Amino acid sequence: MTALLEVRDLQVRVEDREILHGLSLTVNEGEVHAIMGPNGSGKSTLSHVIAGKPGYEVTGGEILFRGEDLLEMAPDERAAKGVFLAFQYPVEIPGVITMNFLRTAYNAQRKARGESELMAPEFLKKVREVAKNLNIPQDMLKRGVNVGFSGGEKKRNEILQMALFEPSLCILDEMDSGLDIDALRVAADGVNALRSPGRAMVVITHYQRLLNYIIPDFVHVMSKGKVVKSGGKELALELEASGYTQFEDAA
Amino acid sequence: MNIALAKTDTRREPGDIFASVRDRLPGTGKVAEVRQQAFEAYARAGLPHRRLEDWKYTDLRALMREVLPLAAAPDSSALERAKAALASLAAVDAHRLVLVDGVIAPALSDLNALEAGVHVRTLREILEDNSNNARADLLENGAASGAMIALNAAMATDGVVITVANGTVLAKPIHIVHVATRSSAATYTRSFLKLGQAAHATLVESFVAAGDAKSYQTNDAVTVWLGDDANLQHVRLMADSADATNLTTVIFTIGAKARLATFNMTSGGGLSRYQGYLTFAGEGAEVSVNGVNLLNGRQHADTTLFLDHAVPHCASREVFRAVVDDRAHSVFQGRIIVQPKAQKTDAKMMTRALLLSDEAEADNKPELEIFADDVTCGHGATTGALDESLLFYLRARGLSEKEAQALLIQAFVGEAIESIASDALREVAIATAQRWLEVRG
Repeated sequence: MTALLEVRDLQVRVEDREILHGLSLTVNEGEVHAIMGPNGSGKSTLSHVIAGKPGYEVTGGEILFRGEDLLEMAPDERAAKGVFLAFQYPVEIPGVITMNFLRTAYNAQRKARGESELMAPEFLKKVREVAKNLNIPQDMLKRGVNVGFSGGEKKRNEILQMALFEPSLCILDEMDSGLDIDALRVAADGVNALRSPGRAMVVITHYQRLLNYIIPDFVHVMSKGKVVKSGGKELALELEASGYTQFEDAA
Repeated sequence: MNIALAKTDTRREPGDIFASVRDRLPGTGKVAEVRQQAFEAYARAGLPHRRLEDWKYTDLRALMREVLPLAAAPDSSALERAKAALASLAAVDAHRLVLVDGVIAPALSDLNALEAGVHVRTLREILEDNSNNARADLLENGAASGAMIALNAAMATDGVVITVANGTVLAKPIHIVHVATRSSAATYTRSFLKLGQAAHATLVESFVAAGDAKSYQTNDAVTVWLGDDANLQHVRLMADSADATNLTTVIFTIGAKARLATFNMTSGGGLSRYQGYLTFAGEGAEVSVNGVNLLNGRQHADTTLFLDHAVPHCASREVFRAVVDDRAHSVFQGRIIVQPKAQKTDAKMMTRALLLSDEAEADNKPELEIFADDVTCGHGATTGALDESLLFYLRARGLSEKEAQALLIQAFVGEAIESIASDALREVAIATAQRWLEVRG
């Protein structure tokens, strides 16, 4: 069976510095993978390269998505294929109304897949339903994208998009950053509701705390641009007890 | 041997453009005298050039080079072409007044179906009315000065002179449409709007080309008086053909406690200058001056505003946005003068330019001249490219590069378009911006 995501020996540079030095990772449908590691280990770089953020130079290795070369695709093509990055710091876009943005993005993805666009009333109904489940008030949808949103609201807005676009691969980049415990629980519940046999998730986090709420099938430890250890969910607890220092030398 | 080099300039003699058509220009006696003086003033100065501070970024000697001959009066074929052009104009439910090649076209205008309290005459009929001793006043330039407004006074062929009686609240906007049907010719128009005390009105102006009219020159002047407590919404949409020249002067005099919201969108014309002179004449008035330039190719568009806080307790807001692609050039000059007695003035001006290509250019020149001490004045200016992090966010959600840019550009100009109070007119401005983005591809 072809893996949903296959990262093979990935090497990535930013300007003159190599950040990833031969990283490999295989994610199958339905699996939840956690990627943990200290600051500067390259976790966010991995998420950005998968999503197609400009500014990264891939000098070696490959990323396959359902067997297709992901690195050859523009960011919007990747989105239409089912790759979704929940941003660590979702940007504020003044003047672009959230509802309008959601519909434009939703229909752009459908169009790219050769599907018919959804009309406004139909779409509105769908968004309202999803928003309700995530405790997102209607007036938030009428405001500029993320403008004046709290940290928790911004993360919920990311999960709202995840629920609407129904991607097959969700990458959650430091979803817990800037969230208090209540906001974290709401966000994690939203993510858990989206777990399904057809959908995989890669949860990137510095802290074990998040994994109490989103329980992974696999845990990978990154250090200095590589995966240095992989295991089951118990690996996260082990890390919590002993810290990252034991892996610094292994890299 | 001394050889006196003969001038090999093939351009027309400047004097010809006036002398050869003066018999066609409406008005005799005092009117003709004022025209002659105005033309002499223009001829002495010639086309404005970069050594004049106010024209530093828009050198008409280099960009315009010459003044074209006066357009022929519209014949039946020109009127037919104008009619076709009107059909493609955005539907604005308004009292329409149409000027074709600088001459009012009664058959295309609603001259007789206006609301009570509104009176419209043509400039021509007033200038030709020798019993009207004040007729030559219509060729005065008020707060405006300079060679191009002088040339307008000398050459003006027609325009509309509108008065709205005290207390009249117009249900529909008045829409002045300028249609150019002749290529390589110049038109000069001059219009007036006098709003009585507590009168409410909306004035819309459109500039369009009929069919394949190109390389023409439009020189328009609009003078507006707002009586005390009057309220005016003004929306101007300049969509002249891509190689036309449009030089427009607007002069506003604002009465006490009056409200003026004026919005200009320049998406057409190869070379344009929109210069506004706004003077507060009574206390407690509020003005918002807004503009958007949408430029590509080699377009050059200049907005130059002179805002005179001549009296105390008035507020002004200026919001200007420019989107500049290819090798286009946008200019914004905003001067705010706060006179010594204009205490409690509240004036703010913000201008932002978005450059979409490496060769696009934007010049922002805010100038504050403050002679009173108890005032709130501020200005800001920014120039930059689209934010990469916003573009990536949108693309990561499935928008193509062009779609992502379009959404951000719409949001950028939206900040100025929002100032239009009328839903219908705001939609027209948004649609114009959308069309511009679609053509961009």
